[in-house]
Amino acid sequence: MADLVAHGSGHDAAHDPAATHSHSPDLKHQFDNMTQQFEAGNLGMWVFLATEVLFFGGLFASYTVYRSLYLPGFEIGSHLLDVRFGATNTAVLICSSLTMALAIRAAQTGQRKAQVILLVLTMLLGAAFLGIKFTFEWRNDYLEHLVPGVDFLYRPEWGGNGPHVQLFFIFYFIMTSIHALHMIIGIGLLSVLTWMAARGRFSPDYYTPLEVSGLYWHFVDIVWIFLFPLLYLIGGRYGIGGGH
Amino acid sequence: MSTAVTEIPQDSRVHYLNVSYGVKSWLLTVDHKRIALLYLGSITFMFLVGGVAAVLMRIHLIEPAGALVQPETYNKLFSAHGIIMVFFFLVPSIPATLGNFLVPLMVGAKDLAFPKLNLLSWYIYVVGALFTLYAVISGGVDTGWTFYTPYSSTYSHSAVIPVAIGVFITGFSSILTGLNFIVTIHKMRAPGLTWFRLPLFIWSIYATSVIFILGTPVLAITIFLLGVERLFHVGIFDPAVGGDPLLFQHLFWFYSHPAVYIMILPGMGVVSELIAAFSRKRIYGYTMVAYSSFAIAIISFLVWGHHMFVTGQSIYAGLIFSVLSFLVAIPSAIKVFNWTATLYKGSISYEAPMLYALGFIGLFTMGGLTGLFLASLATDVHLSGTYFIVAHFHYIMVGGAVMAYMGGLHYWWPKITGRMYPDMWARVAAVIIFVGFNLTFFPQFMLGYLGMPRRYAVYPPEFQVFNVMSSAGASILGIGYLIPLVYFIWSMRYGPIAPANPWGAKGLEWTVPSPPPTDNFEETPIVTEEAYNYAPIPEGQHG
Repeated sequence: MADLVAHGSGHDAAHDPAATHSHSPDLKHQFDNMTQQFEAGNLGMWVFLATEVLFFGGLFASYTVYRSLYLPGFEIGSHLLDVRFGATNTAVLICSSLTMALAIRAAQTGQRKAQVILLVLTMLLGAAFLGIKFTFEWRNDYLEHLVPGVDFLYRPEWGGNGPHVQLFFIFYFIMTSIHALHMIIGIGLLSVLTWMAARGRFSPDYYTPLEVSGLYWHFVDIVWIFLFPLLYLIGGRYGIGGGH
Repeated sequence: MSTAVTEIPQDSRVHYLNVSYGVKSWLLTVDHKRIALLYLGSITFMFLVGGVAAVLMRIHLIEPAGALVQPETYNKLFSAHGIIMVFFFLVPSIPATLGNFLVPLMVGAKDLAFPKLNLLSWYIYVVGALFTLYAVISGGVDTGWTFYTPYSSTYSHSAVIPVAIGVFITGFSSILTGLNFIVTIHKMRAPGLTWFRLPLFIWSIYATSVIFILGTPVLAITIFLLGVERLFHVGIFDPAVGGDPLLFQHLFWFYSHPAVYIMILPGMGVVSELIAAFSRKRIYGYTMVAYSSFAIAIISFLVWGHHMFVTGQSIYAGLIFSVLSFLVAIPSAIKVFNWTATLYKGSISYEAPMLYALGFIGLFTMGGLTGLFLASLATDVHLSGTYFIVAHFHYIMVGGAVMAYMGGLHYWWPKITGRMYPDMWARVAAVIIFVGFNLTFFPQFMLGYLGMPRRYAVYPPEFQVFNVMSSAGASILGIGYLIPLVYFIWSMRYGPIAPANPWGAKGLEWTVPSPPPTDNFEETPIVTEEAYNYAPIPEGQHG
């Protein structure tokens, strides 16, 4: 980000009419040259991600407030999640970020076939994440009556913590579903990109859509990197978090 | 737009208004200037809807027992007024209309960085507005514009969900507009247009965009949580399951206090332009005015707790929020002092935009100073929830933001439409608005100080005199707003043809013809001088 902002003062270069590619068919009318267009697209996505950070930030802040108020209830809730699913999904997402980064690399080196394969792979990994989430995790939660607002039963062993366990699950479902929604949007973006890549729209000179979509994909990945420990791990499961 | 009656040849040239005709050429346009006009039309409509609600309230309050409507209806009126005016008029007002029109022109670019995104943000705005209008028609909402829980989430029987969806959706319009401005200002400035050669309007729009980007998403998630609680009957803010209603207020004001600066910062930018142009002087202390916009944007995120002094938040939090709130006065005062210092020994002329700018300075100062009363813990206990608050924020939002918006609209109207408005009527309207505004809201300071609470449909008889004064002022204010509406529409067809630079003002937007061609500049301009390079002032006289 700092690097991008620093480029703001480098507009003279961006406006240099002698800059290369000034007549590229990919140059949109409002830009003077490809460098300016690339930098604008990139900065636009970074600014959008700043918005996203605050969007999730409101959720993280609320979660933190309630967790600090109702630690026992939140620990019980955390224990009821299956860490194996969460861990598998973490691995799946990190792999998808790798394939995404490699797809951009393939565009930079002009390998059309590799681009398509890597993008499809990224989508498949994203779909795998959603599959594990929906068909295993959420289904199990539903069968165990752990879905607030739909079917949620207090268990006797929770004692007076019942409402707080429910609060944990409210945040669990809201956070993971908003994250899942971002994944679905990301897969939608990737399918368009795959189609574009297959038609040879990207070249070492022009791959801005891939680059900015990659930024988005990595961001969604990083959100999960925060969600995973927050929801699955720091409930005192391994002595972290001070519960036991 | 008539092209035949004139003998001035420049009107027969192609510009952004006559380059194509038909509904489709407007609804599918990606030209920032046309999108600005789409916004202008839609926010004017919302302003009128919100204004009707205000008029009905003021008529109702002429009698202590209420003259017009049932108390339930009164609740829906003030909610509709607040929601529509804040989210659908004030927040988009200057950025989405003047900002959209001027940012590319002022930075010397052909368009915003993302023209399609710009059009999308208008559609998002329209969809959000339709949801809200649907809610108002289908029975209304009675929570006030603040949607406090648990009333909004559990007890209200009104159309909370459609309004919440409307506000949620419209937020994304703000975010996309802010994103577009930030990228454009960073990446698309003309050669030679360094940061400190930018017009102050651009600085204030930039600071506003930062708040759009960082504040709006928090409102979105807060409204989302409210909607989930109401729809699924789960307790996020419900104390019965351990939720905390105050958390809602914290999250809500984390956006909604900075939102106040979304409304006022662009107004400050407009006033900086007007003061310089009509004093024919460079702005005194340009750098300080530019930085103070950022100071306001940053501090705005640290003061939300001053809305919650009497809610039971910790006294230490209250102390800190109080101190931080006082800090906002510093950059605000810097601006006011610099504007007045600019006037000093300037060649001042009193065209209509300047009347609005001068009105802004006075009314904003009043609004700002009364804000200090409310930032003090002890006086706030007395004044919180009274008409004093209502008067205070109307001095900022109407006396400040709307005055600046009107001033800016007059100032750039010749550029936008290529026509002049009738000067005499414009000056008369500016004075009527100033008088009507003060008569409406100054008595409310008295009412609040005497203890009349806001949001009540009835009041004790001893408050009637001030209430009648306020209602009388509102009718004058209403007329003051209708006059410009009429002559602006008139001038689009019958106004005298405007030259490229009717005010003899500085700035890139005045170097292109009025109205500008679709691509703004025939070739990218090269900037070699600072903004506001007016009369040759001897070296050393100004810093």
